[in-house]
Amino acid sequence: MSLIAESLAKQFGNFPALKGVSFAAPTGAFVALLGPSGSGKTTLLRILGGLEFADTGRVSFENEDWLAKPARERRAGFVFQQYALFRHMTVEKNIAFGLNVRPRKQRPPRAEIARRVRDLLALVQLDDLGQRYPSQLSGGQRQRVALARALAIEPRMLLLDEPFGALDAKVRKDLRVWLKGLHEKLGLTTIFVTHDQDEALEMADTVAVLNEGRIEQIGAPKDLRSHPATPFVADFLGGTPATASVIALKPRTLG
Amino acid sequence: MRRPTDDSLFTRGLLIAITVGYIGLFLFLPLLTVFSSALAKGLQVALDALRDPDALSAVRLTLIVAAIAVPFNLAFGICAAWVVSKYDFRGKSLLISLIDLPFSVSPVVSGLIYVLMFGLQGWIGPWLRDHDIRIIFALPGIVLATIFVTFPFVARELIPLMTDQGRDEEEAAVSLGASGFQTFLRVTLPNIKWALLYGVLLCNARAMGEFGAVSVVSGHIRGLTNTMPLHVEVLYNDYQYVGAFAVASLLALLAIVTLVLKSLLEWRFADEIAATHRH
Amino acid sequence: MSSVAIPSRFARLRNPSALPGFGLTLGFTLFYLSAIVLLPLTALLLKPWTMGWDGFVAAITEPRVLASLKLSFGGAAIAALVNAVFGLIVAWALTRYRFPGKRLFDALVDLPFALPTAVAGIALSALYAPNGWLGGPLSLLGVKIAFTPAGVIVALIFIGLPFVVRTLQPVIADMSEEAEEAAATLGATRWQTLRRVVLPALTPALVTGTGLAFARAVGEYGSLIFIAGNLPMKSEIAPLLIIIKLQQYDYTGAAAIGLVMLAASFVIILALNLFQSLLAARR
Repeated sequence: MSLIAESLAKQFGNFPALKGVSFAAPTGAFVALLGPSGSGKTTLLRILGGLEFADTGRVSFENEDWLAKPARERRAGFVFQQYALFRHMTVEKNIAFGLNVRPRKQRPPRAEIARRVRDLLALVQLDDLGQRYPSQLSGGQRQRVALARALAIEPRMLLLDEPFGALDAKVRKDLRVWLKGLHEKLGLTTIFVTHDQDEALEMADTVAVLNEGRIEQIGAPKDLRSHPATPFVADFLGGTPATASVIALKPRTLG
Repeated sequence: MRRPTDDSLFTRGLLIAITVGYIGLFLFLPLLTVFSSALAKGLQVALDALRDPDALSAVRLTLIVAAIAVPFNLAFGICAAWVVSKYDFRGKSLLISLIDLPFSVSPVVSGLIYVLMFGLQGWIGPWLRDHDIRIIFALPGIVLATIFVTFPFVARELIPLMTDQGRDEEEAAVSLGASGFQTFLRVTLPNIKWALLYGVLLCNARAMGEFGAVSVVSGHIRGLTNTMPLHVEVLYNDYQYVGAFAVASLLALLAIVTLVLKSLLEWRFADEIAATHRH
Repeated sequence: MSSVAIPSRFARLRNPSALPGFGLTLGFTLFYLSAIVLLPLTALLLKPWTMGWDGFVAAITEPRVLASLKLSFGGAAIAALVNAVFGLIVAWALTRYRFPGKRLFDALVDLPFALPTAVAGIALSALYAPNGWLGGPLSLLGVKIAFTPAGVIVALIFIGLPFVVRTLQPVIADMSEEAEEAAATLGATRWQTLRRVVLPALTPALVTGTGLAFARAVGEYGSLIFIAGNLPMKSEIAPLLIIIKLQQYDYTGAAAIGLVMLAASFVIILALNLFQSLLAARR
């Protein structure tokens, strides 16, 4: 298990966003943090990304004290819900940003950066749009630029905050398939936040269901479906006929 | 560890210190000077200066000018905002630019144009003299110049707000049988009342405090055509510093009251005054 | 069923909206504008030409006139630039930081909008005079502010500050911190983030605010005549020269300077609008 989080807790003023969250995931896992709004899933993601600080708890990633590093040094590629692209930079400059700000010694030569940008544009299938500005792109295209930008720094983990939330249904479906394919290709530890249980159950190999700052259950999608550990989980995942019949069957099968 | 979007303690401290210093130096100190100079020889001397007949007539003139200019500009502002926000027509943006004009013109030029029209050598100057009508160096000229420099205030407050609010409610009122005037009174006015107040406040402050434009058209005739700002100048040039600052203090108090009311309106009714000011 | 007699587009011309009152309100608006603005402005536009083109050029290239224009424009430019730098800092601190008394300082920024220019003028003059609170200590250091062009610049800093700060504040407030967070996750230091992400995003508003401060400062009169010194060729501002010429009944000379200043105002506003539409097109 390369990513281990122990007893993470965070309060915003009087509001407890996380009340002691622990979980573990192996390298290369595709983890979904699933739950309703206010469940703490985004807070958890931001803590992993270094954008918030936990009040208590620890995180270790590949045997490093993850929380001791500032966001800059973690190389955790973060993809924001509203993309957060740099409006005044072209797509190419956006993607190259993480490489351009590296200290001189670690910065690749310009030709190398250009090559990497081209490769990433090809990877996200936006080959000819390098010179465009974010305002000239569609939502789905912006999302892919945000992803390419995060991938440019060769991140150790990928963190996505409701990546498809702002897109329409068709684009969402296409991007889901595409992201899943990308994960299989790159093998990066990926953690993404969503409130859509179909999305979580379809894409991830590990799903953590959060509610009011706690993890109610964590496991493989089919396990969550067939054996919901708490009424909340059963209810939350209860949208599909399969789970409904499971609930109906439950008393007998577990009897 | 600090959040990635927080500046370091040093940076924050430095920038706050610069901010406080800059504002303190350039804005607060001058304000303080006005009051302390007025009271330099004690409260009684300052009050006596205010009771001087010329000072009193300056106050009276200022109030009269504002009492005429502000309502005129209020009427104009409402009309202009109504026309711009409830109808579509060509030349709308030209109209809006024209309304913004006084803000980009020097106050002295604002007064100059009236002298060029109504002054002795002006276009209709001779005709006015023949008919014994005085505009320049008299109240009408002062009122005109004041109207010119202050008329955008109400309009500029109302236009973005009314444009944002759209026409739906007014169209509904008309479809229910209301006349234009009723629609305005019952439907539009309640929606814009705070912005209206805000605009009138700014208009009034500027009307009472206008100096450059009025200076050109007034002739500086003591006791007759001096508004308060002009009287301040007259006293100051006469080395009557306490008197000058005493009158100035009244104007500064007006400014402070204006700012307080302005802040109050912005704080309570931010949405209703479209407080994101577009210049 | 009878067909509509009037083609709809003609109907629109006569009545652009369902709401009544178009004729009345447009009529009043246009009348007011013409009487108050257009007609008097025309007087200004036409007057200088009564002395012909050569006369006009001679009038504005008089050494005294040129010196006054130089002071008005030059002083305005320097003050605008100073306000650009410090206004940015002030706007940032007032929007992003919390500190005691912030509300008061924020409200003070509007003071130059509300305070009559004559009051500001005598206050600044008293403050920076050789026996003033600031002028005294400064003169010990050999620095003279009052009655010199430096006094003009100081007064114009006072006048122009709110333009820069108030134009920047809503833009800073609207800036979502996510772009800065993104830059941090991509490895940028705080300074790099400020330089590469924040500053470019603020540049349009900064340019607009500085431009507005400049336009305002060029024509400023009331706050300057007490602190300037008003010596011809040295510390005399253009608006004052207009007034002096009027007092000498040199209406055409005054109008000539007035026209130059008016033209300058137009050019500045036009440039700013062009700048903004260029930006809008690019985005």
